[in-house]
Amino acid sequence: MKQAPDHMTKETIKQVVLDIISDIAPDEDLSVVKPEVRLRDQLSLDSMDFLDIVMELRKKHGIEVPEADYVQLASLDSCADYLLPKFLAKASK
Amino acid sequence: MSSKPRIVITGLGLTAPNGNSLPEFRANLLAGKARIAEIEVRHMGKHPAGVCDFDETKWQKRKEIRNGTRVGSISIFCAREALGSSGLDWDKVDKSRVGVYLGITEHGNVETENEIFNISQFGNDTKYWTHHHNPRTVANNPAGEVTMNMGITGPHYTIGAACAAGNAGLIQAAQMLQLGEVDLAFAGGVSESIHTFGIFAGFKNQGALGAHEDPNKASRPFDKNRNGIVISEGGAIYILERLDDALARGAPIIAEIAGWCINSDATDAVLPNPERQAECVQMALKRAGMKPQDIQIVSTHATATALGDIQECTALRAVFAGCPETKVNNTKSFIGHCMGAAGALELAGNIPSFEDNWVHPTINIDELDPECDMPGLVINHPIKVERVNAILNNSFGMLGINSALVVKKYGVA
Repeated sequence: MKQAPDHMTKETIKQVVLDIISDIAPDEDLSVVKPEVRLRDQLSLDSMDFLDIVMELRKKHGIEVPEADYVQLASLDSCADYLLPKFLAKASK
Repeated sequence: MSSKPRIVITGLGLTAPNGNSLPEFRANLLAGKARIAEIEVRHMGKHPAGVCDFDETKWQKRKEIRNGTRVGSISIFCAREALGSSGLDWDKVDKSRVGVYLGITEHGNVETENEIFNISQFGNDTKYWTHHHNPRTVANNPAGEVTMNMGITGPHYTIGAACAAGNAGLIQAAQMLQLGEVDLAFAGGVSESIHTFGIFAGFKNQGALGAHEDPNKASRPFDKNRNGIVISEGGAIYILERLDDALARGAPIIAEIAGWCINSDATDAVLPNPERQAECVQMALKRAGMKPQDIQIVSTHATATALGDIQECTALRAVFAGCPETKVNNTKSFIGHCMGAAGALELAGNIPSFEDNWVHPTINIDELDPECDMPGLVINHPIKVERVNAILNNSFGMLGINSALVVKKYGVA
């Protein structure tokens, strides 16, 4: 499991999510992803892909996203807002 | 079968350990070139295995490859290559009238083993078990992946038939075409079995896993010192059509499916039964309207196990006594045992004989086992014959499933 960077910011969280997406959707051009737009509206991602994002957060970073919170992963911005406290809480342990 | 529609082969795509197209595969068979690698098998160390090196990205996006299975990729490659050889204008084909019938020896072992290993890295906590497990392991997976890749909306399923599966896929397709269930069929056999250690361990503990210091000599059917099976991956998918449809569209007709039989030993889970095998061959010949002397090539199933090879030779000697024109060969000596793909690939390797009249040999025979000595056995070097009008393709499997398929040159009475 990867250690969270010492100084997690919303920008580093976005990069963490983009790195995961680059693995699960390798055909997509991620250089043009708009952080405020829903990921599903700009990338070819389905529900199985979002489950992959949840799984990779769990496996690589030890971050749990309960099913009720999946909606929080809609855009890069919402991912950053939702995940930053979780990463910080984990780093402080 | 004279009252039923005649079925012809109008396309063929394949990947074998020694070739990713029929011309490449055929050239290596005639040149005596085996291609067996040595791979690291989980928990077991290095073992010889036949590995295919086709380009998965030729017909699939990287995400499709990631989410699918290895055998799905093999199937898509073979089906797409078959289409390319068929002369079909795919955009104009009614996809609801196309069927996909793929023979498999087993399916799901690879993904299941991978996930068991995966969660073992996380204290066996099943919350780390992938949600892709079920779509990857359902038994129709390889055929279903073909339909999704190609937009086929007709029927698709796999035919589980142990190592008789390649023939069984072709037979199923021919039957569905004769019944009018579909107008076009993608059919054959596929296998990803080198990626499951369970198959290796099972054969090893059965005393039936082949080994040799030179991997290319590990698969040696009929040799006195043979010591078992070399497991391989691969696939061969044919396009089958009713003859009238093929003629109407001016299709390239590669060969005609003349007759077949599938029967069961009903005796033992692993030991073959030469009496039932001989009956299977005789019934296939009868349904083809042929006698043993009408067959120029017998493509044997022999896998290089101690008993299995002898049993098949016993069956063939019983059927083909007094048939001086009949030649006998074996393709596993080049590519190992491609499991679900074996029958379909081995037939494919022989089909060019209809045009070039060459018969590829069985290689790796340093000392012929006297109990496997048969008239017509082509040993180590190809031979040229006067004509090849009909091929008998044998494919047998565990639980006593036997299959024999007779394919003939199109246009020969």
